[in-house]
Amino acid sequence: MNLSTIAWITLFVPLVAAALILFVTRASKPLAAGLVILSALITTIGGWTLFAKSADGIYHGFNWVDFGHALSIPFDLALDPLSRTMLVVVTTISPVVFIYSIGYMKEEVGFARFFAGLALFLFSMLGIVLANNLVMMFIFWELVGVSSYILIGHYYQKASAADAAKQAFLVNRIGDFGFMLGILLFWIATGGPEGGTFTFAAINHPAPIFVQNPALLAVAVVLIFCGTVGKSAQFPLHVWLPNSMEGPTPVSSLLHAATMVAAGVYLLARIFPILSSSPEASEIVAWTGAITALGAGILATQQDDIKGILAYSTISQLGYMVTGAGLAVSAALPMFHLFTHAFFKCLLFLTAGSVILGMHHEQNIWKMGGLKGKMPITFLTYCCGMLALSGCPFFSGHYSKDLIMACSWEHHRGIFWVVVIAAGLTPFYMMRQAMVVFFGKPRSEHSEHAHESPLVMTIPLILLAIPAVVAGYPFFEHTFFHEIGTLSEPEVPAYVPQVFLGVFLAGLALAFFLYRNVEKDPIRIPFLENRFYIDDLYFWIVRVIQGGFAKLCSFTDRWFIDGILVRGSATLVWTVGFALRFLQLGNIQAYALFFGIGVVGLIYMLLHVR
Amino acid sequence: MSLLLILLIVLPLAASVLIMLGAAPRVMALSAAFLNLLISVALFARYDLTAGGWQFLSEWKILPKLGINMTLGADGLTLTMLLLASLVTLSAIWIAPKIDKREGVYYVCLLFISAGVIGAFASLDVLFLYSFHELALIPTFIMIGVWGSGDRQAAAWKATIYLGLGSFILLIGLLALYLSIPAVSRTMDLRQLDQMAAAGTFHPSSLIYLILLVGFGSLVSLFPFHSWAPPAYACAPAPTAMMHAGVLKKFGLYGLIRIALPLFPEAMHQFNGLLLLLVIGNILYIGYVTVAQKRLDWTIGYSSVMHMGYIFLGLASLNIIGVNGAMILMFAHGLSVAAAFALCGEIRRRTGTLDYSELGGLAKVTPVLGLLFGFAAMASVGLPGFANFAGEILVFFGATAYGPAMILPVIVGVWGVVISAIYMLRAYRSTFWGPMMARWDSLTDITPTALWSVILLLVPLMIVGFYPQLLVKMVTTAIPR
Repeated sequence: MNLSTIAWITLFVPLVAAALILFVTRASKPLAAGLVILSALITTIGGWTLFAKSADGIYHGFNWVDFGHALSIPFDLALDPLSRTMLVVVTTISPVVFIYSIGYMKEEVGFARFFAGLALFLFSMLGIVLANNLVMMFIFWELVGVSSYILIGHYYQKASAADAAKQAFLVNRIGDFGFMLGILLFWIATGGPEGGTFTFAAINHPAPIFVQNPALLAVAVVLIFCGTVGKSAQFPLHVWLPNSMEGPTPVSSLLHAATMVAAGVYLLARIFPILSSSPEASEIVAWTGAITALGAGILATQQDDIKGILAYSTISQLGYMVTGAGLAVSAALPMFHLFTHAFFKCLLFLTAGSVILGMHHEQNIWKMGGLKGKMPITFLTYCCGMLALSGCPFFSGHYSKDLIMACSWEHHRGIFWVVVIAAGLTPFYMMRQAMVVFFGKPRSEHSEHAHESPLVMTIPLILLAIPAVVAGYPFFEHTFFHEIGTLSEPEVPAYVPQVFLGVFLAGLALAFFLYRNVEKDPIRIPFLENRFYIDDLYFWIVRVIQGGFAKLCSFTDRWFIDGILVRGSATLVWTVGFALRFLQLGNIQAYALFFGIGVVGLIYMLLHVR
Repeated sequence: MSLLLILLIVLPLAASVLIMLGAAPRVMALSAAFLNLLISVALFARYDLTAGGWQFLSEWKILPKLGINMTLGADGLTLTMLLLASLVTLSAIWIAPKIDKREGVYYVCLLFISAGVIGAFASLDVLFLYSFHELALIPTFIMIGVWGSGDRQAAAWKATIYLGLGSFILLIGLLALYLSIPAVSRTMDLRQLDQMAAAGTFHPSSLIYLILLVGFGSLVSLFPFHSWAPPAYACAPAPTAMMHAGVLKKFGLYGLIRIALPLFPEAMHQFNGLLLLLVIGNILYIGYVTVAQKRLDWTIGYSSVMHMGYIFLGLASLNIIGVNGAMILMFAHGLSVAAAFALCGEIRRRTGTLDYSELGGLAKVTPVLGLLFGFAAMASVGLPGFANFAGEILVFFGATAYGPAMILPVIVGVWGVVISAIYMLRAYRSTFWGPMMARWDSLTDITPTALWSVILLLVPLMIVGFYPQLLVKMVTTAIPR
């Protein structure tokens, strides 16, 4: 089998699985899970083969749309170091989460629907990874959006889940509004119908117009970045991600932590050459990431939902990646953190899922406590993930996050301090979670009787715990990133690494002493619990401003356009209709007949027009 | 001379005659619609793309002295529209519920709409183009008035008066066009008109373009000539709404493409600012009116008005990409809105209400209906994978290529994609998701008949969505150079 065939099979096999469930196997649980996991394992083999063989190149499929010179949208697959690394991440994590889902979803309704959704997601995500141009990426970008919508809304009868799904789709669409405009701007600026382009290969060599007009480049890049802001839940479009936790936990793990939300970062890495050639755009990107990293980190400290804490933590870590891209050092910098984060955050969500199942679907951490003895595998694997996320030395997150912070020291001192503070918050909120969930005394009946999850769930945890520890080691860094870009350690004063270690230990220690043997949260800050009131503000905007505008439009349409303009002209016609009434023909059929007579009459008239 | 095109018109009419003579209405109607679909697919597949131009020509001399003949012919756009018409006709007849009141007339009306709209699309003579459209319009009013629901008489009257007025304005425009041709070479044949325009021997006044724009525009619910549409669709029986919103309404656009685009290139440039203003009205203003709707049928009705804005935006871009996008959208919107109205009708038959405040959670008892509506809704919001997305993105590319004057319309258009997601997802959420009222516990899921008649509409949408080039190369044959 040649590499092109492997690439195409890898992309389409999950779609085939989804279609088979929809049309053939329907509600059968074992067939649905079997098909999807089989397809995921095929993608794993395909993904690793393509990576190992360094199968770089463009694999032409067909022209999705072709106007010859004026516009051509090819449906091609692009394999290069960047997409190969991302391919490995997606195809390695997906089957693990799919297998875990068998255990997690065993008792749930809509089991087959759930697996079909996962398969659709995997197809769409692989499409993003392998896309060769911005339009094709946009296509799959929207498709991951809809699979996310389906999966968040899995418990569609719950009002909160249904609303969260809708919100996720809409907020992403707002980001995609900018993304689409950015694509159009790129195309028109590079020539439009006279040779305009949006392939990644062409973007790597910025067109002369962008060299002459840096402002135009900055606008185009920032517009495309809007897509990232939506998909990767950056401020101010971050609100959908915490609410997306309404979806089943494996979904939160795979889509809303490890892979899908990282697509925004992948997009930035994809357009890195132009991003880094525009200082203005880079600055905006870097600050957006830094503000998000800090803001979400602050909010994570006051959440009580075990998944809610992880959700804000994900937003915060995505902020680091975006900052890493905005520092314009190397595309490998954000990708490295994306890589390590994918494993440890996926792991953390799956351990949270294991806890939630053990707790009979209780998600409030203040109802938990003392679970470490009852769920030993979950606890130990959780610790791997938690330490990796917090940036503990010798754990994967330490390498990738510290690298971003060190680079920000070198390139942007303001951003450096923001992300360092955020780095101190990470161990704090994670240690808070660990202390409340796993240590101390049980705080409820459920935590009293919690039990370890079955093997089908704990084995995936162990499988993920390994990369969560080692994925940052130089061997992996070299294997997966040396071709994407240089990742040299920036030259920083000796005290900078000590600052990193210092904030890590400080956060850890503070949380340890604050949350040791407490019954309820000793700190209550309503401003943080209520998410800075941003959600409320948006709700108000949607309800009052948008809703008001819509009502105004509707009112105008009803009373002005229809009321005066149309009824006015109708009155005119009515006068004519008055004559019809005299003829006793005032019903629709008769009126309709007049059309026919009218046509005949007009033909007659035509006869006399010479 | 190929008789296949006239067969497409004759078959529904013949079936109508047989129904009048006492044949089983539903069987006759279904057979005619099915045969028509086969013929349309065959024609579509047999069109010679390398030769291009008008094919399958047939001609009957009616008034040779005036240069008026009944000429039928088809290029790639015609065939696309005929395929749309046949698909929607079959689906509409198939999904029609049991009729208690004058069943025969019901199906005859549907068949007449079908024959009329097919005749309009296949006619090369402008007079016949117009007359066939009238033929399709009349049974539409009758159906709303007789078999409609709610305030059907008022809705039927409003549509009749409004579309009648629009048709009348259109007729004035067409007559003015005819009279502006030098007397010696007067013709209504599109081919000759195109030739004259291309040769530069024919310069109709741009005022005629404005008359045609208003005439055709009100038939397509161009803002602000749109307010007949939502009540008419809300009150119409589902098959009628499918036929009108899906196919018949496209006639106005078809006419603009056939007549205005080749004959009024300067006028279209000159008045493009005006058209773009109306397009913004269609997308932004109607978009928000749609957001404020509280019933499913009104939401879909207004959304179909809004989506016309994209098609006009494509036409206004006056280049091959944008016009192509508009044509693909005509096809895509026709199928997706027909599917939406079909499913809307299925819901109404089960619940008796389409008020969001009374619906919710129906996916629990009608999961297949919910799934299908999800597909229709996603097509309508322009999700990639459906033909609607392909059309919209080409419209955006085409409009962008037009130049700086399009900056605002393009931004509004792309924002419109957000607006349509707002109201469509809300419609889905309010109808199928969330908690369900206990009174809907006993609802039954969609019947196989309805299921397949909707799949008939969704499958072509997905085929074209996956490979739009299939349609692109067809409709390109109809774009004047």
